[in-house]
Amino acid sequence: MKQSETKDHAALAEAFIKDEERVDWHDGALWYIREKRDIASKQIPEWEQLREAASAIKSNVISNLHEYLLQFEANLKKNGIIVHWADNAQEHNEIVYSILKAKEITQMVKSKSMLTEECHLNEYLEERGIGVINSDLGEYIQQIDNEPPSHIVLPCIHKRKEEIGELFHEHLGTEKGLSDPTQLTRVARKHLRNVFLTRRAALTGVNFAVAETGEYVVCTNEGNADMGAHLSEVQIASMGLEKLIPQKKHLGIFLRLLARSATGQPITIYSSHYKKPRAGQEMHLILVDAGRTRQLGRVDFRDSLKCIKCGGCMNTCPVYRKSGGLSYHNTISGPIGAILAPNLDMKKHADLPYASTLCGSCSNVCPVKINIHEQLYKWRQVIVKEGYAANTKALGMKAMAWTLSSPSTFTTAGKAGRWFLHNIPFVVNNKFNPWYKQREMPEGPKESFAEWYAKNEEPRP
Amino acid sequence: MTVGLFIPCYVNQFYPGAAKATLLLLKKLGVDVVYPPKQTCCGQPMANSGFEHLSQGCNDLFIENFSEFDYIVAPSASCVLHVKDHLHSHANEAQASGIRSKVFELVEFLTDILKVEKLDAFFPHKVGIHHSCHGLRGLHLAQMSELNAPPFSKPQRLLDMVQGLEQVTLDRPDECCGFGGTFCVAEEAVSVKMGKDRVTDHTKNGAEYITSSDLSCLMHLEGILHRNKSSIKVLHIAEILNATL
Repeated sequence: MKQSETKDHAALAEAFIKDEERVDWHDGALWYIREKRDIASKQIPEWEQLREAASAIKSNVISNLHEYLLQFEANLKKNGIIVHWADNAQEHNEIVYSILKAKEITQMVKSKSMLTEECHLNEYLEERGIGVINSDLGEYIQQIDNEPPSHIVLPCIHKRKEEIGELFHEHLGTEKGLSDPTQLTRVARKHLRNVFLTRRAALTGVNFAVAETGEYVVCTNEGNADMGAHLSEVQIASMGLEKLIPQKKHLGIFLRLLARSATGQPITIYSSHYKKPRAGQEMHLILVDAGRTRQLGRVDFRDSLKCIKCGGCMNTCPVYRKSGGLSYHNTISGPIGAILAPNLDMKKHADLPYASTLCGSCSNVCPVKINIHEQLYKWRQVIVKEGYAANTKALGMKAMAWTLSSPSTFTTAGKAGRWFLHNIPFVVNNKFNPWYKQREMPEGPKESFAEWYAKNEEPRP
Repeated sequence: MTVGLFIPCYVNQFYPGAAKATLLLLKKLGVDVVYPPKQTCCGQPMANSGFEHLSQGCNDLFIENFSEFDYIVAPSASCVLHVKDHLHSHANEAQASGIRSKVFELVEFLTDILKVEKLDAFFPHKVGIHHSCHGLRGLHLAQMSELNAPPFSKPQRLLDMVQGLEQVTLDRPDECCGFGGTFCVAEEAVSVKMGKDRVTDHTKNGAEYITSSDLSCLMHLEGILHRNKSSIKVLHIAEILNATL
């Protein structure tokens, strides 16, 4: 897999932005989806109540996770699904491998699952001689290019159709220069059709797991989860612990919110319910923690577990739109990734909470009302206290300049002016200041307001 | 009613015109305004960078300077929001809490407290409003485009009272400009690209001036405009509302 982990978000974003025409196109494509989301959400008068209800249901879930998990497990077993618990990515991958090995299966088809990306399942299985094909078209393209997804809903949104045509030419033998999306899709479909027909095992992710019934729902637009699952003799579902909802009727809220928030569609083309194995089929479900219970224990950040992975915060985030998902160097990118990733590895992801202007648009589009921008602010406080601020290069230096000058040293107006010119990060008056690279300095006036006021206004007690 | 005028540190140093306009406009509207001379910074740049625990000195000083006033008004949504959200004090929490509830950004003070219905202002130009995120999503100076909720705009209402002024309609009415405090240097490339794109939106829709209730955004946009030798100017909303023939 192409790696980009030695650079921080700022450096990776700078590299992405060098091709400005591409950035404009990327920004426009995602803004178009944000606009579709706005139109879809404004057609529903009760939209804001739906968000409120979804948020409350998810609060209930994460507050009573223990009970719901046990209820879900009992119902899964009742339905004939084999349940596994994985503490971390390694355990998850071992479980998948052991299931496949027991059946002597060497090839598996997988529908979209960010969790298995997070666990690096494909690499793990490939090292053990098991081939995995991602059947979601966007993920399939990313897999061919040996690159992680840049967006959780639109995995290859950063690629232009000509680049995809080039990849298909190289890997699937299409005619050189072919870039028509319909024709390219037909080629992929032909290749994938053969995959679906020949794979004995299929793995899917889970969008919603219903505790009261022991069923799970997978939402796709391509029907690829169904193709894989229906043709398999071993069906595996991997889910994070937080994907639960208490009752089936709650789907009426979440399914209405998910697709509208994600792409502006009223609903995904397929909302597939899986409940029990067919005759002769084996069904497994793996419940994965991988840091989720640790996040649950962080009072300020536990609400991040409400996320239903719609990607709406990415589409609306101007930083994401200008910098591309791969600049976040984490499976989940964008604003939600920036509040989830530090929990997984604070040192490695110390830069991500700073990859934001704290504009707050993310929190406003979030269908489960996660206070994303407030959590970004809070992560910054944690990262500084834990000593990882220095990992965010530019910030480390500039922020230190701030803090080295104790506020008490500039309590008089005269000192404030001098301190200000030497320390405020965006106007430090020297040519090494990043401000000056593409922006002029503010023009310094002859006198400050305080000086003018002292001269012109009556002194007051 | 006595109003304490809170002029953020960088406004004091770089944009005294906006501070003067705020003072004169409030006086024109009959308000008794006092500028406490020992004020410095609200502490936001440190807090937003993750050093909130080091901003207590700023908080204490702010309380010392402003707790006596009936209202505190500043021509900066961002600094006001910071005070509203983060001003605390172990020693004087009652005073801190009092300040948090009586600190106002200029526009909301004019529309919500003074309930201004007309202004003696004249500004015969095409103006684009740049909503600062802290003003919009923090102080709710206008409706946020993401929500399914009735539209309103406090700055627009005030600019409607200015003779000769024509407001331009933007393609993206409330997109962030990319300033973001230390973000503007820590993430220089993204910050500038965001700023350039905001400038383009105003330019292509015919704005001669970009105005805002936040000079931090305007300072960033002005830096980009100046570098590109653009004829478009930035002006704090107080200067437009206080402009006369």
